[in-house]
Amino acid sequence: MAEILLEFKDLRIEATSYPPGEPPRHVVLVDGVSVAVEKGKVLGLIGESGAGKSTIGLSAMAFGRGGVRLTGGQILLNGREIRTADAAGLRALRGREVTYVSQSAAASFNPARRIMEQVIETSISHGLMNKSDAEARAVDLFRQLGLPKPESFGTRYPHQVSGGQLQRAMTAMALCPKPDLVIFDEPTTALDVTTQIEVLAAIKLAIVQTGVAALYITHDLAVVAQVADHILVLRGGKKVEYGTTDQIINDPREDYTRALVSVRSIEHAEKSEARALLSVASVTARYRGTDFDVLKNVTVDLAPGQTLAIVGESGSGKSTLARVITGLLPAAQGRITFAGRVLSPDLLGRSKEDLRELQMIYQMADTAMNPRQTVGTIIGRPLEFYFGLKGEAKRQRIQELLDQIEMGKGYIDRYPAELSGGQKQRVCIARALAAKPKLIICDEVTSALDPLVADGILKLLLNLQAEAQVAYLFITHDIATVRAIADRIAVMFKGQVVRYGQKSDVLAPPYDDYTDLLLSSVPEMKLGWLEGVIAGRKMESAGN
Amino acid sequence: MHPVLKLVVQRLALGLVLLLAVSAVIFLGIEALPGDTAQAILGQAATEVSLANLREKLGLNEPALTRYFVWLWAALHGDLGVALTNGVDIATAIGQRFGNTLFLAGCAAVISVPLAITLGLVAARYNGRWPDKVISGLTLTTISLPEFVAAYFVIFLLTQVFPIFQPVAMVFPGMSFWAKLNAVALPVIVLVMVVLAHMMRMTRAAILNVMQSAYIETAELKGLTPMQVIWRHAFPNAIAPIVSVVILNLAYLVVGVVVVEVVFGYNALGQYLVDHVTKRDLPVVQAVGMIFAAVYIGLNILADVISIGANPRLRHPK
Repeated sequence: MAEILLEFKDLRIEATSYPPGEPPRHVVLVDGVSVAVEKGKVLGLIGESGAGKSTIGLSAMAFGRGGVRLTGGQILLNGREIRTADAAGLRALRGREVTYVSQSAAASFNPARRIMEQVIETSISHGLMNKSDAEARAVDLFRQLGLPKPESFGTRYPHQVSGGQLQRAMTAMALCPKPDLVIFDEPTTALDVTTQIEVLAAIKLAIVQTGVAALYITHDLAVVAQVADHILVLRGGKKVEYGTTDQIINDPREDYTRALVSVRSIEHAEKSEARALLSVASVTARYRGTDFDVLKNVTVDLAPGQTLAIVGESGSGKSTLARVITGLLPAAQGRITFAGRVLSPDLLGRSKEDLRELQMIYQMADTAMNPRQTVGTIIGRPLEFYFGLKGEAKRQRIQELLDQIEMGKGYIDRYPAELSGGQKQRVCIARALAAKPKLIICDEVTSALDPLVADGILKLLLNLQAEAQVAYLFITHDIATVRAIADRIAVMFKGQVVRYGQKSDVLAPPYDDYTDLLLSSVPEMKLGWLEGVIAGRKMESAGN
Repeated sequence: MHPVLKLVVQRLALGLVLLLAVSAVIFLGIEALPGDTAQAILGQAATEVSLANLREKLGLNEPALTRYFVWLWAALHGDLGVALTNGVDIATAIGQRFGNTLFLAGCAAVISVPLAITLGLVAARYNGRWPDKVISGLTLTTISLPEFVAAYFVIFLLTQVFPIFQPVAMVFPGMSFWAKLNAVALPVIVLVMVVLAHMMRMTRAAILNVMQSAYIETAELKGLTPMQVIWRHAFPNAIAPIVSVVILNLAYLVVGVVVVEVVFGYNALGQYLVDHVTKRDLPVVQAVGMIFAAVYIGLNILADVISIGANPRLRHPK
């Protein structure tokens, strides 16, 4: 039995929340969790948002974010109890024994200081190394993590490098003081899928080479399967299941784990039809004051009652395409035909009927709703605006819509703040449906949601499509979502459609280079997948 | 051209246009006052004939627009003219007094700016605890006192109860630096009391605002002490708002301290200006007004440049 580095014994973490207009509420975030990390091993913490994974991760540094309190149990680090340590004791362990890599390195780097200063700061302030040794080690780590120009990388400011590079720089910052344990808190979640695989491979390599132990926190089981030795599945602050990575992935014992493993099991038979509801022909667009086209000669068609998925990385122009179709950004060239009529490029030139038949759902349901309006008011507004419904008729129709989105009674007078993330997105769907549209543009509608909740939303959207014969233009960066919902697919890269056709054609070889890269970068839920892909790519580049 | 240099040139050009506008506004303001310089000089002794003679002598019979442009033309050539009331050369009269103004403002700034920022950092460090409350309470008290009340209180305390300083801040040419410092001690104390709170509170608020950022959590998780976190990570990102308030107070120390000058009998620009406004002495008011406006504009350009210098996104574009 290897030596134990960190052990949680019956950990209990609490906080007080202050819901608006209500008395303060006491919440238990983590309840009776016990788990241990051995020296040099990686423990994956997995669960949905609110499962307590980040809270547990930070508690390994005896840190409670905001008003979070570590109220019970033991946290043993190198045999010492740290939960009750004093401020000086905590400072001595933070940065020296345990370090932290956050989800958003872009926000976690100080914008006013050079990267090098920040990377070596811990090593110097804890007196672990002198400045030149620390800088030499940092440069080594930059090289190991595959950062460009490792010698001069540190002289740059955070805003001068990309998000994926910053995430690796933060890993270097965590590894520089030679800690015993690194906490990775969703380090690749905010990255594009092709960047994620690079960062993931860099992190994995660094863990192997430095022999450091790690807590790897993520909601994505396929990601954690690539790096972890053991996995702890959490739900609502409680332990669901603990086991080796192999056992959790291939032989889950608990129903909840099985649901996580088999997520995205939606089977959607592809439909094909020649008739086009929406036809985007040779559209080119640019933003005011810029001198390059964000969309270049884009041509796609969408049949009534079907789903066209637009796939691509951030910056590929997918959301811009949505803005052009809705008229928020008038196209510079090209033509958009909808339901047999040519749409005015500019929103102001469109009829009320054009507006009604083309609705939109956004990624952040939170910001897409007025927090001071009730669910009834939010859904009722399009009913009034497009159909002039009032009073009891309107209320009845709102209730019908709520039933359609499977939310039932009792929600009509609630405010958005009282709803969960998935429920908020459902209300946004109901608001779009209220206009009885022919086409709904869904812009990353499931990206901010937990996998199981996202699954529910996708199933709902498919059911509604079958009932109401509404077409979806589904914008996403997630290939799994595309597989689940699309009839037709357009792959976008740098403002152009690089691959377009029926789902079965687009997702079958032979691939073009970009689609191949995109598809092969999506983590698969099996052990050794990452090594396989990396080895494959090295062979290819060696072969070239 | 470097973007910062370009900005400075733009602001300087804009500043000159502003100065011109200010001179026109001052001229209009003086013209709008009832009475004129001749009446102010002669006072009760004025007769129709003596007024007419004096007006002729001072050139007040020219149309207002002509007088403005005559003044402007001379001023552009560096000639501020002579005071209408006593014929003294304005540049000479202002020179020494402006030196006194800068000396007083400089002494007050050298003490108050570092003190205010330090107190602000300490208050932010102990946010909501007793050091924060004591600092906030004291500075609020001093800013709430009107200047003349604070001045008399300080005079009473430091010349009567503890006779350390002289109650009158007389300075004259040829005084040694230390004697001057001793002379301005009391007005400096009063001015520090007046400007401290504003700068301190802005520093505290700016730091606390930055303390919400994710990179502050990163710094805490590096095991840095709270003061290291504030000094190395919060302060560099709070410079812009702090500088703008500091500059505002520096400008006030130069142009807004006439009450303190009067209470301590300190011979500086503020008193000089007020005297000549009552006499409708247009050239003097114009000259002092221009100086005050130039100080304001210059300091604000400085604030902009420092704020840009403190922002690496502007200093080092991608």
